[in-house]
Amino acid sequence: MAIAYSDKPFKVRLAESEQDTFMQKAVAKAQDAQWTKRTASRNELGHWEQWRELGQQIRQHVVRYLPDYLEEFADNAEKRGAHVYFARTDKEAAAYIRELAERKHVQHVVKSKSMVTTEIDLDQELLKIPGLSLLETDLAEFILQEDDWDEPTHIVFPTLHKNRDQIHEIFAKIGYKGDNDPQHMARFAREYLRASFLKADMGITGCNFAVADTGMVNLVTNEGNGDLTMAIPPTQVVVMGMERLVPSLKEAEVLDNMLARSAVGQKLTSYCSFSSVAATGESDGPTEYHIVIVDNGRMNALGGPFEEVLQCIRCGACLNVCPVYRHIGGHGYGSIYPGPIGAVLSPVLRGYKQFGDLPFASSLCGACTETCPVKIPLHSLLIKHREVMMNELHMDTGLNKVTYKALGLATGTPAIFHMGISVDHSMTALLSHHQEPTAQNYFMGDGIMSKLPFILGGWTVIRDMPRPPRAKDNFRSWFKQHKQLQEAGR
Amino acid sequence: MKVVIFSTCVVDLVFPNVGKAMVEVLERFGCDTELPSRQICCSQITNNSGYVRESQKVMRNEVDSLLSIDADYIVGPAGSCVNMLKEYVVRLRDDPVYLEKAKVLAAKTYEFSQFLYYVLGVSNAGAELDATATYHRSCHMTRLLGERHSPYALLARVKGLKLLPLPNLENCCGFGGMFSMKEPEISKQMVDEKVDSVLATNAQVLISCDPACLMNIGGRFNRRGEKITIMHLAEVLNHNVDMSRVTYVKDDPLTLAEWPHDAGMTAELIKEA
Repeated sequence: MAIAYSDKPFKVRLAESEQDTFMQKAVAKAQDAQWTKRTASRNELGHWEQWRELGQQIRQHVVRYLPDYLEEFADNAEKRGAHVYFARTDKEAAAYIRELAERKHVQHVVKSKSMVTTEIDLDQELLKIPGLSLLETDLAEFILQEDDWDEPTHIVFPTLHKNRDQIHEIFAKIGYKGDNDPQHMARFAREYLRASFLKADMGITGCNFAVADTGMVNLVTNEGNGDLTMAIPPTQVVVMGMERLVPSLKEAEVLDNMLARSAVGQKLTSYCSFSSVAATGESDGPTEYHIVIVDNGRMNALGGPFEEVLQCIRCGACLNVCPVYRHIGGHGYGSIYPGPIGAVLSPVLRGYKQFGDLPFASSLCGACTETCPVKIPLHSLLIKHREVMMNELHMDTGLNKVTYKALGLATGTPAIFHMGISVDHSMTALLSHHQEPTAQNYFMGDGIMSKLPFILGGWTVIRDMPRPPRAKDNFRSWFKQHKQLQEAGR
Repeated sequence: MKVVIFSTCVVDLVFPNVGKAMVEVLERFGCDTELPSRQICCSQITNNSGYVRESQKVMRNEVDSLLSIDADYIVGPAGSCVNMLKEYVVRLRDDPVYLEKAKVLAAKTYEFSQFLYYVLGVSNAGAELDATATYHRSCHMTRLLGERHSPYALLARVKGLKLLPLPNLENCCGFGGMFSMKEPEISKQMVDEKVDSVLATNAQVLISCDPACLMNIGGRFNRRGEKITIMHLAEVLNHNVDMSRVTYVKDDPLTLAEWPHDAGMTAELIKEA
């Protein structure tokens, strides 16, 4: 699956997500639970705002000196015996790994969770090899794979949209005979997966942070599958986004700490590993180690107005606080990167033609910016995307464009605005009706508007609108009379 | 002291009573109010829709109008719009003349509850409202302006008012300016959850410091046929006032009168500018 996994128009995806009440309840419940856990684990650390500043500084520094750190990391990794490959596109990255698998006559591949391998559609590329078996070993990714490669809804909790009964059905297809108890199902998955680790001849992982001065790869997981994937198969492939670097172990420690608290509300994940090629005399670890560093559009952001998006450490906290994500879920976005970070990142990676709707799917409430552990100004970047689309690319056409230009003119020209508020009451006569309102103290202008034309129709399709007051009753007129009375009283 | 009223377009267009109440409360506590007539809108409606270039003229008009009267303070009844005025230091930074004016504007502009509580030092405005109510904490006022305290402190001292906690108060009501019209499918689900949360409190009155949020939530309440009374904080504080009840922050042992200087993302932006 590539970044975009749906050709359906945005409005169709929205309509589908609105029907998916199970998903909505699951997301709301997860968001509320994460709110408590995340807040508690951050408070326990203390001085959270200062930690955020530190996180931001580390990430900004790395992005600013990205070419240098990439070079340092690649040199040090190669010194340890790793092969480093820079892939400009998703296709180049996937092809490199497929060719490697072919060259090594790989039969069984195990993978641990990695968004970037989903981004480059690696699974499907490898499955082109006749006779090759591939298994996602992260429990949630395993469920998605066994459900005919269903799309993930969250970058940290990919199966947030599935309940235990749905998972029970999926597992029954591969031989599970037990009930729908999550513990029993997890035990089944564990046993099922364990055998595949032992026979695997290639392991593929993502990368949370690549440590430049040691050339090692840092992975944080909770299930232990990542470590088995790294330790057992003789050939190891690490796929990483090109911005995923830290200068040294010191910075990795800071960011791992913030990542675990932000992503899952834990002090630290159960496993936090640093890996490389097996050293001489070591009993486990890969003998052949490949690191694929993926650009795939990230360079578009470097040096431009969206550079800050490269600071992201993929914790998913912005999804967990987003009131839009809460209702439309991951599938509403149609990108493997959903939520606020996805709405900023997806158009950077794949352009506005594919993802131009996403920056508008936000009320700009700022919850994302507030929670981001590395202080990416997400809601401001969403406005920036809108600006690029409207002011630079002129993507708005026809009536919409005319409406906004007219709005700009009316709100910037006192004469027009004054004329407007002096006639708005009479002009809205035909659009208004009388009705006993249930919302009190709301309709001050003697009438309710329930069906407005043009873009205002988007308002009244779901809510009523107060009719503007008569010119003599509006705030400006009242203030004038009020001051005259005050003068008279003096 | 002389106070310029930043009326906001929503108050000018649909909610005159909010403006009236704010003026009456401020005058009660000794402010001499003025309303510059050329002011219109903070420009969020166009700027946040991506029409950034077109919004520059709107912002410059607002700056010139609000600074046209030499006043000590500028006070507005909407957290979101007041925050936008403060953000002008970033949005007008490419224009040296207006950047300087924007800094002056940012330094003397206050949201109504902040002004009343921190500047005028009023903790009990003397109001009485015999009702149960819940408070909607608007996103921009909370997160960008960084104000989490003053409305609650003022409401806590209104005689007869029982304030009930709103579940999931951190979630946006689904207004978001043009978002409410451009994405009604999403906005509807957000405002419905907000309406449900308000209903779950059984409160008779919904209070906020942002008229636009109230316009959104109130409009949805009415469409669903659910009963509610919508009030801006200024209207609550202007209700059945008895000056003998008035207390000041300095004399009120219960208040926490610390000005949140370092709170809010906009304070950071201003510092950087």
